[in-house]
Amino acid sequence: MAEQAIKLGGKKQSTFIDKVKEMLPEGGNLNLCLTCGACSSGCPATGLEGMDPRKFLRMAALGMDEEITSTPWSWMCSMCQRCIYVCPMKINIPQLVYFARQSWPRDKRPKGILGSCDIALRNDTCSAMGATEEDFQFVVEDVLEEYQEAQPEFAKMLAPVNKKNVTYYLNQNSREPVTEPDEMVPLWKILHLVGADWTYGTKGWAAENYCMFMADDDGWRKIVETKAKAVEDLGCKVWLNTE
Amino acid sequence: MVRKSYGDPVAEDLRYVVKAIIGEENFVEMYPNRSNNFCCGGGGGFLQSGFPDQRREYGRIKAEQILATGAKYCITPCHNCHAQVHDLSDVRNHPWETVHIWTLLCLSLGILGPNERAYLGEDLKDVDVFHPESSNF
Repeated sequence: MAEQAIKLGGKKQSTFIDKVKEMLPEGGNLNLCLTCGACSSGCPATGLEGMDPRKFLRMAALGMDEEITSTPWSWMCSMCQRCIYVCPMKINIPQLVYFARQSWPRDKRPKGILGSCDIALRNDTCSAMGATEEDFQFVVEDVLEEYQEAQPEFAKMLAPVNKKNVTYYLNQNSREPVTEPDEMVPLWKILHLVGADWTYGTKGWAAENYCMFMADDDGWRKIVETKAKAVEDLGCKVWLNTE
Repeated sequence: MVRKSYGDPVAEDLRYVVKAIIGEENFVEMYPNRSNNFCCGGGGGFLQSGFPDQRREYGRIKAEQILATGAKYCITPCHNCHAQVHDLSDVRNHPWETVHIWTLLCLSLGILGPNERAYLGEDLKDVDVFHPESSNF
Protein backbone atom coordinates (compact mmCIF):
# COMPACT_ATOMS: atom_id res chain seq x y z
CA MET A 1 0.00 0.00 0.00
CA ALA A 2 1.15 3.52 -0.69
CA GLU A 3 2.03 5.49 2.41
CA GLN A 4 0.27 8.57 1.20
CA ALA A 5 -2.91 8.99 -0.75
CA ILE A 6 -2.30 10.00 -4.35
CA LYS A 7 -3.64 13.48 -5.06
CA LEU A 8 -5.13 14.17 -8.44
CA GLY A 9 -5.19 17.48 -10.27
CA GLY A 10 -8.52 19.26 -10.85
CA LYS A 11 -8.92 18.46 -14.51
CA LYS A 12 -7.94 15.55 -16.65
CA GLN A 13 -4.83 16.52 -18.50
CA SER A 14 -3.74 13.19 -19.87
CA THR A 15 -2.18 12.90 -23.22
CA PHE A 16 0.21 10.01 -22.66
CA ILE A 17 -2.29 7.16 -22.45
CA ASP A 18 -4.31 8.61 -25.34
CA LYS A 19 -1.21 8.75 -27.53
CA VAL A 20 -0.38 5.16 -26.66
CA LYS A 21 -3.94 4.03 -27.44
CA GLU A 22 -3.69 5.58 -30.90
CA MET A 23 -0.61 3.49 -31.62
CA LEU A 24 -1.94 0.11 -30.50
CA PRO A 25 -4.35 -2.27 -32.21
CA GLU A 26 -7.66 -2.08 -30.34
CA GLY A 27 -6.09 0.75 -28.35
CA GLY A 28 -4.18 -1.92 -26.45
CA ASN A 29 -7.46 -2.40 -24.57
CA LEU A 30 -6.07 0.20 -22.20
CA ASN A 31 -9.51 1.52 -21.22
CA LEU A 32 -10.97 -1.90 -20.45
CA CYS A 33 -9.36 -2.45 -17.04
CA LEU A 34 -11.64 -4.10 -14.49
CA THR A 35 -9.15 -3.25 -11.71
CA CYS A 36 -9.14 -6.92 -10.65
CA GLY A 37 -5.40 -6.95 -9.96
CA ALA A 38 -4.64 -10.31 -11.58
CA CYS A 39 -1.78 -8.56 -13.39
CA SER A 40 -0.18 -7.30 -10.19
CA SER A 41 -0.63 -10.48 -8.19
CA GLY A 42 1.36 -12.42 -10.78
CA CYS A 43 3.99 -9.82 -11.61
CA PRO A 44 7.49 -10.29 -10.16
CA ALA A 45 8.02 -6.52 -10.45
CA THR A 46 5.10 -5.77 -8.13
CA GLY A 47 6.31 -3.71 -5.19
CA LEU A 48 9.48 -2.42 -6.80
CA GLU A 49 9.58 1.38 -6.60
CA GLY A 50 6.17 1.25 -4.93
CA MET A 51 4.68 0.31 -8.28
CA ASP A 52 2.82 -2.57 -9.88
CA PRO A 53 1.14 -3.12 -13.26
CA ARG A 54 -2.38 -2.25 -12.12
CA LYS A 55 -1.20 0.89 -10.37
CA PHE A 56 0.84 1.87 -13.42
CA LEU A 57 -2.18 1.49 -15.69
CA ARG A 58 -4.54 3.26 -13.29
CA MET A 59 -2.14 6.16 -12.91
CA ALA A 60 -1.91 6.44 -16.67
CA ALA A 61 -5.71 6.34 -16.94
CA LEU A 62 -5.95 9.08 -14.31
CA GLY A 63 -3.66 11.29 -16.35
CA MET A 64 -0.69 11.17 -14.02
CA ASP A 65 1.66 11.52 -16.95
CA GLU A 66 4.61 12.95 -15.10
CA GLU A 67 4.72 10.09 -12.61
CA ILE A 68 4.22 7.48 -15.32
CA THR A 69 6.91 8.80 -17.58
CA SER A 70 9.49 9.37 -14.85
CA THR A 71 9.29 6.25 -12.67
CA PRO A 72 12.36 4.02 -13.03
CA TRP A 73 9.92 1.11 -12.66
CA SER A 74 9.55 1.24 -16.45
CA TRP A 75 13.07 -0.20 -16.58
CA MET A 76 12.21 -2.93 -14.05
CA CYS A 77 9.42 -4.48 -16.12
CA SER A 78 10.96 -7.24 -18.23
CA MET A 79 8.05 -7.12 -20.71
CA CYS A 80 7.39 -10.81 -20.01
CA GLN A 81 3.67 -10.30 -20.76
CA ARG A 82 2.42 -12.49 -17.94
CA CYS A 83 0.08 -9.62 -17.06
CA ILE A 84 -1.52 -9.81 -20.50
CA TYR A 85 -1.74 -13.59 -20.27
CA VAL A 86 -3.76 -13.49 -17.04
CA CYS A 87 -5.77 -10.35 -17.82
CA PRO A 88 -9.46 -11.03 -18.54
CA MET A 89 -9.44 -8.05 -20.90
CA LYS A 90 -6.02 -8.75 -22.46
CA ILE A 91 -4.75 -5.27 -21.69
CA ASN A 92 -1.33 -4.53 -23.14
CA ILE A 93 0.43 -3.05 -20.12
CA PRO A 94 3.95 -3.93 -21.34
CA GLN A 95 3.39 -1.82 -24.42
CA LEU A 96 2.37 1.06 -22.18
CA VAL A 97 5.62 0.53 -20.28
CA TYR A 98 7.50 0.50 -23.58
CA PHE A 99 6.13 3.91 -24.51
CA ALA A 100 6.86 5.20 -21.01
CA ARG A 101 10.49 4.19 -21.61
CA GLN A 102 10.38 5.97 -24.92
CA SER A 103 9.25 9.19 -23.23
CA TRP A 104 12.60 9.38 -21.40
CA PRO A 105 15.16 11.68 -23.06
CA ARG A 106 17.53 9.33 -24.86
CA ASP A 107 20.57 10.36 -22.84
CA LYS A 108 18.73 9.82 -19.55
CA ARG A 109 17.87 6.18 -20.26
CA PRO A 110 19.94 3.59 -18.35
CA LYS A 111 23.59 3.89 -19.31
CA GLY A 112 24.16 0.15 -19.67
CA ILE A 113 21.37 -0.27 -22.19
CA LEU A 114 22.17 2.99 -23.97
CA GLY A 115 25.84 2.12 -24.33
CA SER A 116 25.11 -1.35 -25.69
CA CYS A 117 22.58 0.01 -28.18
CA ASP A 118 24.94 2.72 -29.40
CA ILE A 119 27.87 0.33 -29.79
CA ALA A 120 25.67 -2.09 -31.76
CA LEU A 121 24.68 0.71 -34.12
CA ARG A 122 28.31 1.46 -34.89
CA ASN A 123 28.96 -1.37 -37.31
CA ASP A 124 27.22 -4.01 -39.37
CA THR A 125 27.96 -6.85 -36.98
CA CYS A 126 25.31 -5.39 -34.60
CA SER A 127 27.54 -6.54 -31.72
CA ALA A 128 26.73 -4.75 -28.47
CA MET A 129 30.24 -5.59 -27.32
CA GLY A 130 31.77 -3.87 -30.34
CA ALA A 131 33.23 -7.01 -31.91
CA THR A 132 34.05 -6.34 -35.57
CA GLU A 133 33.58 -8.52 -38.63
CA GLU A 134 37.28 -9.39 -38.57
CA ASP A 135 37.26 -10.16 -34.82
CA PHE A 136 34.36 -12.55 -35.21
CA GLN A 137 35.69 -14.40 -38.23
CA PHE A 138 39.12 -14.74 -36.61
CA VAL A 139 37.74 -16.18 -33.36
CA VAL A 140 35.43 -18.64 -35.12
CA GLU A 141 38.17 -19.92 -37.44
CA ASP A 142 40.77 -20.05 -34.69
CA VAL A 143 38.54 -21.99 -32.29
CA LEU A 144 37.35 -24.34 -35.04
CA GLU A 145 40.90 -25.19 -36.08
CA GLU A 146 41.85 -25.87 -32.48
CA TYR A 147 38.97 -28.31 -32.02
CA GLN A 148 39.45 -30.02 -35.37
CA GLU A 149 42.96 -30.92 -34.24
CA ALA A 150 42.31 -31.66 -30.58
CA GLN A 151 39.23 -33.81 -31.14
CA PRO A 152 39.86 -35.84 -34.33
CA GLU A 153 36.29 -37.20 -34.49
CA PHE A 154 35.40 -33.61 -35.36
CA ALA A 155 38.22 -33.04 -37.85
CA LYS A 156 35.60 -32.50 -40.55
CA MET A 157 33.35 -30.28 -38.44
CA LEU A 158 32.77 -26.86 -40.02
CA ALA A 159 31.76 -23.46 -38.72
CA PRO A 160 31.31 -21.66 -42.03
CA VAL A 161 31.32 -17.89 -42.29
CA ASN A 162 29.51 -16.20 -45.19
CA LYS A 163 28.67 -19.47 -46.93
CA LYS A 164 26.02 -18.78 -49.54
CA ASN A 165 22.67 -20.44 -50.21
CA VAL A 166 22.66 -22.70 -47.19
CA THR A 167 19.57 -23.55 -45.17
CA TYR A 168 20.39 -21.94 -41.81
CA TYR A 169 21.90 -18.59 -40.95
CA LEU A 170 22.93 -18.79 -37.28
CA ASN A 171 23.20 -15.81 -34.95
CA GLN A 172 25.59 -15.80 -32.03
CA ASN A 173 25.39 -13.76 -28.84
CA SER A 174 28.51 -11.57 -28.55
CA ARG A 175 29.25 -13.01 -25.16
CA GLU A 176 30.68 -16.23 -26.62
CA PRO A 177 33.13 -15.02 -29.24
CA VAL A 178 34.23 -12.17 -26.99
CA THR A 179 34.47 -13.76 -23.53
CA GLU A 180 33.96 -17.55 -23.66
CA PRO A 181 34.63 -18.87 -27.19
CA ASP A 182 34.67 -22.55 -26.11
CA GLU A 183 30.96 -22.21 -25.40
CA MET A 184 30.30 -21.92 -29.16
CA VAL A 185 31.58 -25.42 -29.78
CA PRO A 186 28.81 -27.66 -28.36
CA LEU A 187 26.30 -26.11 -30.74
CA TRP A 188 28.68 -26.59 -33.69
CA LYS A 189 29.02 -30.24 -32.75
CA ILE A 190 25.26 -30.73 -32.63
CA LEU A 191 24.82 -29.03 -36.02
CA HIS A 192 27.63 -31.16 -37.45
CA LEU A 193 26.18 -34.42 -36.16
CA VAL A 194 22.71 -33.75 -37.52
CA GLY A 195 24.18 -32.72 -40.88
CA ALA A 196 22.75 -29.21 -40.80
CA ASP A 197 23.73 -26.95 -43.67
CA TRP A 198 24.43 -23.69 -41.87
CA THR A 199 26.56 -20.58 -41.77
CA TYR A 200 27.48 -17.57 -39.70
CA GLY A 201 27.78 -14.20 -41.43
CA THR A 202 30.32 -11.49 -40.76
CA LYS A 203 27.47 -9.01 -41.04
CA GLY A 204 24.61 -9.11 -38.58
CA TRP A 205 25.92 -12.10 -36.63
CA ALA A 206 25.31 -10.69 -33.14
CA ALA A 207 22.07 -12.02 -31.71
CA GLU A 208 21.41 -9.32 -29.11
CA ASN A 209 19.38 -6.14 -29.70
CA TYR A 210 19.63 -3.61 -26.88
CA CYS A 211 18.01 -0.88 -28.95
CA MET A 212 14.77 -2.81 -28.51
CA PHE A 213 15.17 -2.69 -24.72
CA MET A 214 16.01 1.02 -25.05
CA ALA A 215 12.66 1.62 -26.77
CA ASP A 216 14.67 3.20 -29.56
CA ASP A 217 12.46 2.38 -32.54
CA ASP A 218 14.87 3.67 -35.18
CA GLY A 219 17.84 1.84 -33.69
CA TRP A 220 15.79 -1.32 -33.20
CA ARG A 221 14.63 -1.21 -36.80
CA LYS A 222 18.12 -0.53 -38.13
CA ILE A 223 19.52 -3.53 -36.29
CA VAL A 224 16.76 -5.89 -37.38
CA GLU A 225 17.06 -4.68 -40.98
CA THR A 226 20.84 -5.08 -40.96
CA LYS A 227 20.50 -8.65 -39.72
CA ALA A 228 17.68 -9.54 -42.10
CA LYS A 229 19.68 -8.16 -45.03
CA ALA A 230 22.68 -10.26 -44.01
CA VAL A 231 20.51 -13.39 -44.08
CA GLU A 232 18.99 -12.46 -47.44
CA ASP A 233 22.29 -11.46 -49.04
CA LEU A 234 23.67 -14.90 -48.27
CA GLY A 235 20.54 -16.54 -49.65
CA CYS A 236 19.78 -18.48 -46.48
CA LYS A 237 16.33 -19.96 -45.97
CA VAL A 238 16.05 -19.91 -42.18
CA TRP A 239 17.35 -17.36 -39.70
CA LEU A 240 18.19 -19.14 -36.46
CA ASN A 241 18.38 -16.76 -33.54
CA THR A 242 19.69 -18.34 -30.34
CA GLU A 243 18.37 -15.49 -28.18
CA MET B 1 9.35 -18.08 -26.55
CA VAL B 2 6.55 -19.99 -24.83
CA ARG B 3 4.19 -17.25 -23.62
CA LYS B 4 5.03 -14.59 -26.16
CA SER B 5 5.27 -16.45 -29.45
CA TYR B 6 4.86 -20.19 -29.92
CA GLY B 7 2.66 -21.06 -26.95
CA ASP B 8 2.54 -24.15 -24.75
CA PRO B 9 3.04 -26.74 -27.55
CA VAL B 10 6.65 -25.59 -27.97
CA ALA B 11 7.14 -26.08 -24.23
CA GLU B 12 6.12 -29.72 -24.73
CA ASP B 13 8.67 -30.08 -27.52
CA LEU B 14 11.39 -28.77 -25.22
CA ARG B 15 10.33 -31.17 -22.47
CA TYR B 16 10.68 -34.02 -24.95
CA VAL B 17 14.24 -32.89 -25.75
CA VAL B 18 15.26 -32.38 -22.13
CA LYS B 19 13.83 -35.73 -21.01
CA ALA B 20 15.57 -37.49 -23.90
CA ILE B 21 18.88 -35.97 -22.81
CA ILE B 22 18.79 -36.46 -19.06
CA GLY B 23 16.32 -39.31 -18.64
CA GLU B 24 12.71 -38.84 -17.64
CA GLU B 25 13.45 -39.78 -14.03
CA ASN B 26 15.86 -36.85 -13.72
CA PHE B 27 13.44 -34.22 -14.98
CA VAL B 28 11.83 -32.09 -12.29
CA GLU B 29 8.98 -29.78 -13.23
CA MET B 30 8.77 -26.36 -11.62
CA TYR B 31 5.47 -24.75 -10.65
CA PRO B 32 3.80 -22.85 -12.07
CA ASN B 33 5.04 -23.75 -15.53
CA ARG B 34 4.50 -23.28 -19.24
CA SER B 35 2.63 -20.04 -19.97
CA ASN B 36 1.86 -19.62 -16.28
CA ASN B 37 5.53 -19.54 -15.38
CA PHE B 38 7.26 -16.46 -14.03
CA CYS B 39 9.93 -14.49 -15.84
CA CYS B 40 13.37 -14.68 -14.19
CA GLY B 41 13.97 -10.95 -14.61
CA GLY B 42 17.01 -11.07 -16.86
CA GLY B 43 15.21 -9.85 -19.96
CA GLY B 44 13.86 -6.56 -21.21
CA GLY B 45 17.21 -4.92 -20.52
CA PHE B 46 16.95 -5.41 -16.73
CA LEU B 47 20.46 -6.93 -16.54
CA GLN B 48 21.97 -3.82 -18.09
CA SER B 49 19.70 -1.20 -16.54
CA GLY B 50 21.80 -0.57 -13.45
CA PHE B 51 19.29 -1.73 -10.82
CA PRO B 52 20.89 -4.92 -9.46
CA ASP B 53 19.06 -4.92 -6.10
CA GLN B 54 15.67 -4.53 -7.74
CA ARG B 55 16.59 -7.12 -10.37
CA ARG B 56 17.45 -9.66 -7.69
CA GLU B 57 14.27 -8.87 -5.79
CA TYR B 58 12.32 -9.40 -9.03
CA GLY B 59 14.12 -12.74 -9.41
CA ARG B 60 13.25 -13.92 -5.90
CA ILE B 61 10.11 -15.70 -7.18
CA LYS B 62 12.16 -17.55 -9.81
CA ALA B 63 14.82 -18.47 -7.26
CA GLU B 64 12.18 -19.87 -4.91
CA GLN B 65 10.60 -21.85 -7.75
CA ILE B 66 13.98 -23.40 -8.55
CA LEU B 67 14.81 -24.12 -4.91
CA ALA B 68 11.41 -25.77 -4.43
CA THR B 69 12.27 -28.33 -7.12
CA GLY B 70 15.38 -29.41 -5.22
CA ALA B 71 17.05 -29.84 -8.60
CA LYS B 72 20.82 -29.51 -8.91
CA TYR B 73 20.67 -28.04 -12.41
CA CYS B 74 18.50 -25.38 -14.02
CA ILE B 75 18.44 -25.26 -17.84
CA THR B 76 18.01 -21.77 -19.26
CA PRO B 77 16.98 -20.99 -22.84
CA CYS B 78 18.87 -17.76 -23.59
CA HIS B 79 21.72 -15.55 -22.43
CA ASN B 80 19.58 -13.15 -20.47
CA CYS B 81 18.01 -16.00 -18.51
CA HIS B 82 21.37 -17.70 -18.10
CA ALA B 83 23.07 -14.62 -16.67
CA GLN B 84 20.17 -13.81 -14.33
CA VAL B 85 19.51 -17.35 -13.06
CA HIS B 86 23.26 -17.87 -12.59
CA ASP B 87 23.45 -14.65 -10.57
CA LEU B 88 20.39 -15.60 -8.49
CA SER B 89 22.23 -18.79 -7.56
CA ASP B 90 25.51 -17.01 -6.83
CA VAL B 91 23.94 -14.59 -4.35
CA ARG B 92 22.53 -17.61 -2.48
CA ASN B 93 25.82 -19.49 -2.12
CA HIS B 94 25.30 -21.36 -5.38
CA PRO B 95 22.63 -23.95 -4.49
CA TRP B 96 22.12 -24.88 -8.16
CA GLU B 97 24.05 -24.90 -11.45
CA THR B 98 22.78 -22.97 -14.48
CA VAL B 99 23.35 -24.56 -17.89
CA HIS B 100 22.62 -24.14 -21.57
CA ILE B 101 20.81 -27.06 -23.19
CA TRP B 102 23.65 -27.56 -25.70
CA THR B 103 26.00 -28.45 -22.85
CA LEU B 104 23.77 -31.25 -21.59
CA LEU B 105 23.00 -32.46 -25.11
CA CYS B 106 26.70 -32.88 -25.90
CA LEU B 107 27.37 -34.43 -22.48
CA SER B 108 24.67 -37.02 -23.12
CA LEU B 109 26.22 -37.80 -26.52
CA GLY B 110 29.65 -38.27 -24.93
CA ILE B 111 31.20 -35.48 -27.00
CA LEU B 112 31.63 -32.74 -24.40
CA GLY B 113 35.29 -31.82 -24.08
CA PRO B 114 37.11 -30.55 -20.99
CA ASN B 115 36.92 -26.88 -21.99
CA GLU B 116 33.20 -26.90 -22.70
CA ARG B 117 32.20 -27.47 -19.08
CA ALA B 118 32.32 -23.99 -17.58
CA TYR B 119 28.80 -24.29 -16.20
CA LEU B 120 28.79 -27.89 -15.02
CA GLY B 121 29.01 -28.55 -11.28
CA GLU B 122 31.65 -30.66 -9.57
CA ASP B 123 29.41 -33.73 -9.86
CA LEU B 124 29.51 -33.67 -13.68
CA LYS B 125 32.80 -31.87 -14.38
CA ASP B 126 34.74 -35.10 -14.77
CA VAL B 127 31.98 -37.33 -16.12
CA ASP B 128 32.62 -38.88 -19.52
CA VAL B 129 35.08 -36.21 -20.65
CA PHE B 130 35.66 -36.23 -24.41
CA HIS B 131 39.40 -36.00 -25.17
CA PRO B 132 40.46 -35.02 -21.65
CA GLU B 133 44.00 -34.46 -22.94
CA SER B 134 42.75 -31.44 -24.92
CA SER B 135 42.30 -29.40 -21.75
CA ASN B 136 44.08 -26.06 -21.75
CA PHE B 137 44.51 -26.15 -18.02
